[in-house]
Amino acid sequence: MARVETTSSAVGFWHNIRRCFWQSPEERQMRPAWWVVAINWVLAFLLLSLVAWYAFANLRYNWNWDAVSNYAGFFWRGWFTTILISAMALVLSTLIGVTAALLRRSGFFVLRALSRIYVETIRGTPLLVQVSFAFYVVASAIHLENRLVVGISTLAIFSGAYISEIVRGGIESIGASQLDSARAIGLTRVQTYRYVIFPQAIRVILPGLAGMFASLIKDSSLLSVISIGEFTWNAQQVGGLTYSLFETYIPLAVGYLVLTLPITLWTQWLERRTKFET
Amino acid sequence: MKLEIRNLSKSFGQQLVLGDVSLLLEKVHTLALIGPSGGGKSTLLRVIAGLERPDEGEVWLNDNEIVFQEKSLREHRRTVGTVFQSFNLFPHLTGFGNVTLPLEKVHGYSSQKARETATEILERFQLMEHAHKQPAQLSGGQRQRIAIARAVAIRPKLLLFDEPTSALDPEMTGEVLDLIEELREEGRDFVLVTHQMGFAHRVADQIAILSQGRIVECGPPAQVLDQPKEEVTRQFLSRILKY
Repeated sequence: MARVETTSSAVGFWHNIRRCFWQSPEERQMRPAWWVVAINWVLAFLLLSLVAWYAFANLRYNWNWDAVSNYAGFFWRGWFTTILISAMALVLSTLIGVTAALLRRSGFFVLRALSRIYVETIRGTPLLVQVSFAFYVVASAIHLENRLVVGISTLAIFSGAYISEIVRGGIESIGASQLDSARAIGLTRVQTYRYVIFPQAIRVILPGLAGMFASLIKDSSLLSVISIGEFTWNAQQVGGLTYSLFETYIPLAVGYLVLTLPITLWTQWLERRTKFET
Repeated sequence: MKLEIRNLSKSFGQQLVLGDVSLLLEKVHTLALIGPSGGGKSTLLRVIAGLERPDEGEVWLNDNEIVFQEKSLREHRRTVGTVFQSFNLFPHLTGFGNVTLPLEKVHGYSSQKARETATEILERFQLMEHAHKQPAQLSGGQRQRIAIARAVAIRPKLLLFDEPTSALDPEMTGEVLDLIEELREEGRDFVLVTHQMGFAHRVADQIAILSQGRIVECGPPAQVLDQPKEEVTRQFLSRILKY
């Protein structure tokens, strides 16, 4: 009897250890305890640190944080400019995206064609090319010299194409029977969008839109090629002045992550919420 | 109501759905459209509802012609109440919101007046305790009764039911049919597409049998259902009554 008990408690011990690290398929339904999650997050960070430490240990590099830290103001100014650019491009691109999605569903074939051409060309060409083209060809042709305006518009037009497809997907997810009901009670086309389609489509659109916003923030770094003083451009200036590379790129990466991570988390929260409501 | 249909035709692509349908009914309260699937009864109802444009022909309701142009059709739809088989309600609004939306946005009620009207009708249909719920939280029967409340709230001159119980189980079918029968006793005019023969027999003044895009037979239930003249009607009824 005694022997059996020891064996079973030994089995229980290993069983509990195992449960700290691995879930069998039958256990997937259950949420793991908070400390199990915490332990494993720490473990993941340790593993990553190990990889990073190994990579940098083999790197012959003279770290020179002092030189870079003298230029902290550059980073801050660039970071705030990036926030400004992203926020304005975000509003503008949403407007453009919704408009393009509505044009795609317009009764006029020419408007549908225009919307299609816009979406396909913008999505099919590199942002780098678009930024250069917008600045050196379009902006100089119309004597627009404000780089910031050119940059924000180009970024908004770029994201607008993706957003238009996200919005179109949302609108098309609304079933024909809903449109029939809207027609039957006598709503006009505009009212149908306002009271029936958009309130329902927004649940489908929001997660995709939030993901798009995170991309937009990172994509704004490409505006450095037309010398807009945003985050990446400023970091590059500091790098040039201090002959440093990683000391400027590491704060750069962290600066973008601080902006995009909350949006990503917000997206996940939205996805969870929409799942429950339908 | 007086309903007159003259030489109505409708095709979807190659498929002829209504072929030269004519009908004249004076002083009828309840018309039931019956017949085999694909016979054209839903399409005829949708033409009367102003949701479908015929290729040819005219529809006159109470001596007013329905003009099949978007703008006047919208006006027409605002004066009739249509209830579909299912997925009637807007899922993002509560039951209450579903009733007030057309009152406020289409019929220009103040939000106060819309709320009063909706409360009154939902209380009469004994749905007030479910009014704050969203459609997903309601049973099929409750959903359909709210859809009927929404259609009735606008004081339509005509109610149109397109197989209102086909998506419901027998118990819920009962509660919806009871409600429709109550409306009939109030003297409301309606056109109803249904597969419930017993119900059609009880509530309808006139029954029209549609098959292959034509009205095969039309008359009071006692005549059409009990002593059908046409072979097509007899076959259809015997198929339906077999089980």
